Amino acid sequence: MGDAKVIPFDDDRDRSRGAAPAGQSRTGQRARRRGARTGQSAPLTTVPGQQGPGGPGEGDGPGKGGAGPSEAAEDRHGAEQRFGDADGAGSRGEGPASGGEDAAAEGALGGLVARLLGDDWEDRAARGLAFLRRRVTGEYEVDDFGYDRELTDQVLMSLLRPVFEKYFRVEVRGIENIPADGAALVVANHSGTLPLDGLMLQVAVHDHHPADRRLRLLGADLVFVLPLVNELARKAGHTLACAEDAQTLLGRGEVVGVMPEGFKGLGKPFADRYKLQRFGRGGFVSTALRTGAPIVPCSIVGAEEIYPMIGNSRTLARLFGFPYFPLTPTFPWLGPLGAVPLPTKWTIQFGEPLPTDDYPPEAADDPMLMFNLTDQVRETIQHTLYKLLVRRRSVFF
Amino acid sequence: MGTRCRLAPHPGSGRDEVGKVVLVTGVARPLGGRFVRRLLREPGVSGVVGVDTRPPAHRLDGARFVQTDIRQPAIGKVLAEHAVDTVVHMDLHGTPLTPGGGGRGAVKETNVIGTMQLLGACQKAPSVSRLVIKSTTSVYGSAPRDPAVFDETTPVRSLPGGGFAKDAVEIEGYVRGFARRRPDVAVTVLRFAHILGPAAESPLAEYFSLPVLPTVLGYDPRLQFVHDDDVIEVLRLAAGEPRAGTLTAGTFNIAGDGVLLLSQCARRLGRPTVPMLMPAIRWGSGVLRSVGVTDFSAEQLRLLTHGRVVRTEHARDVLGFTPRRTTAQTLDAFARSRGSGLLPPGKVAHAVDRFAALLPGKPGRPAGEGAATRRERAEVRQDG
Repeated sequence: MGDAKVIPFDDDRDRSRGAAPAGQSRTGQRARRRGARTGQSAPLTTVPGQQGPGGPGEGDGPGKGGAGPSEAAEDRHGAEQRFGDADGAGSRGEGPASGGEDAAAEGALGGLVARLLGDDWEDRAARGLAFLRRRVTGEYEVDDFGYDRELTDQVLMSLLRPVFEKYFRVEVRGIENIPADGAALVVANHSGTLPLDGLMLQVAVHDHHPADRRLRLLGADLVFVLPLVNELARKAGHTLACAEDAQTLLGRGEVVGVMPEGFKGLGKPFADRYKLQRFGRGGFVSTALRTGAPIVPCSIVGAEEIYPMIGNSRTLARLFGFPYFPLTPTFPWLGPLGAVPLPTKWTIQFGEPLPTDDYPPEAADDPMLMFNLTDQVRETIQHTLYKLLVRRRSVFF
Repeated sequence: MGTRCRLAPHPGSGRDEVGKVVLVTGVARPLGGRFVRRLLREPGVSGVVGVDTRPPAHRLDGARFVQTDIRQPAIGKVLAEHAVDTVVHMDLHGTPLTPGGGGRGAVKETNVIGTMQLLGACQKAPSVSRLVIKSTTSVYGSAPRDPAVFDETTPVRSLPGGGFAKDAVEIEGYVRGFARRRPDVAVTVLRFAHILGPAAESPLAEYFSLPVLPTVLGYDPRLQFVHDDDVIEVLRLAAGEPRAGTLTAGTFNIAGDGVLLLSQCARRLGRPTVPMLMPAIRWGSGVLRSVGVTDFSAEQLRLLTHGRVVRTEHARDVLGFTPRRTTAQTLDAFARSRGSGLLPPGKVAHAVDRFAALLPGKPGRPAGEGAATRRERAEVRQDG
């Protein structure tokens, strides 16, 4: 299954943006998408500004940073920004020097930009230093779950963005199905041996949602046992997949992401790719019902092939205390090199939200309804997976 | 000991008609002493009896001090003799009263046997109508498989295996038994997060006073603190009559608002951290303990690995108590009382500002921002 030929699928509803002709280059397509997105969101949000001082994924083409209305001035700023990125703090002085003759235009734009992005558009170095200053003095905030929003937005997302944009070239569809405000539970399939799909999902919501939403993922307990992993997971806003935490987050109106297949989905053999596993006991449905949060089904295509798991060494898994120990064509034979994922082309499709607020409060304890809703969500994801697979040209492009 | 009139802070008021008599255990500790002095100013309180094994070094003003051991049945006589209405049990500690005084065994005995004895005495004393227990949030343990935020009803998946946390779990069990046997007594269990402040001596305060903080590599625990003043305030609230619309009986988590990561605490305190591998810490803490430098208990190690955060809405809604200081303000106050560490945040920030000032264009902006931050902090300190 999987690698189907191109079959034109005219579901324009899904292609809300980026429906570029096949001949157009990918860069252009991406740039247009980005432009469309930031164009929509510009009056509302500070998305580009929050992408922080170290956004290396930003300077990816001629059409980058489509935030401002004035194209020429914007290009200059883009260049300036790239300098800032490349040289870090040292090259800050180049900004004002290069902008000499267009001081007026820049002033006008600066006013606009200052309004849109705060007053930290030009001197990213100063911003970086202010960031550093807050970090070294500990003057930043974390929430009850240890979510460090500043670190996530400015550092962790910047590190993941190149993987998202360049390596897996993730295409995000239907992001508007996540409501602009209020709680929502994103339910996605899980695959790929290592939970990179969760991280990419987080980048997708972070970078592409017009209302600047943040995804709070629910992780397996193994995540919070492992050193370093647990620290980063907590700082990135993940928490343990348990009813208490999920309910608290949904109660606060957050977008919560869950992958109910868990290790069954993550560690399934390559032969079973894109076959959804059992969705646990459907606990996510009762949590959504209790909080009245809509369930947004999400299908991720491409993650299955990053580490084709052809075998599972139970002995080694038991030895390390992992649920499985993957054997792929490259791992562990090539050592650390074998741990490099294959550069597959990904699609993340968010489906129509399933409302849960019209059920009576006691519905959350009705097992029949639980199973029905769980199956409904599961079927939706499975069907969307098949549709996306048929639409896919190849695994890698 | 027929000198009841000496109990009255206001000699004019006849204490048998109005006012209550409050018995406070553990008054030889600074926090106990402060609480006694605060209670004496309460209008509804006519007398305070302080109990401890050792006379306190601080003054107890008009309170009556009775030197007795709560592990002995004599405590029953004290209750009867003074017709005590309210018992505030504060003699639950993780550390011995005197440095090196008896070690862990004696501490555990005071905690557990002392509480049992005290509860037994309360059960026999018909005058007792209110009991307040100073417990700790460490009853929730800290484990990676627990929910991130505990509330009072969260079922605990891994009970603390030893140390003060286990004492507290056992004590709370006895208190629940007492509450069943004496339903007429209003029992309040206050689970405090780490108490930091000038008067508090806790293992965590000791840890934060180390010049260099050893941490567990790969873990950045979430911590919550509560200030001395808030501890005194909530104990006073719980020991008094409930105000309109509130209820004092029950179990409440008490912690300052907000959460700090250990790395944040270390930076704010200006103390460098040394991340160490878990086995190295186990070994190192054993060595340090044997030398007697510090007591790095297994329980504390778990806390510094996984951290613990509790929800405090219940105390706010039912008990009507809102801490005056947040976790961050509590730590700030503590940092001031302990003096600056090796890397004072002010100096570090100044270094960054100096570097920022070297850059051409828009000079002084980061510094200006820094000044603003400092001003904010100063304001926080003033009202904190």
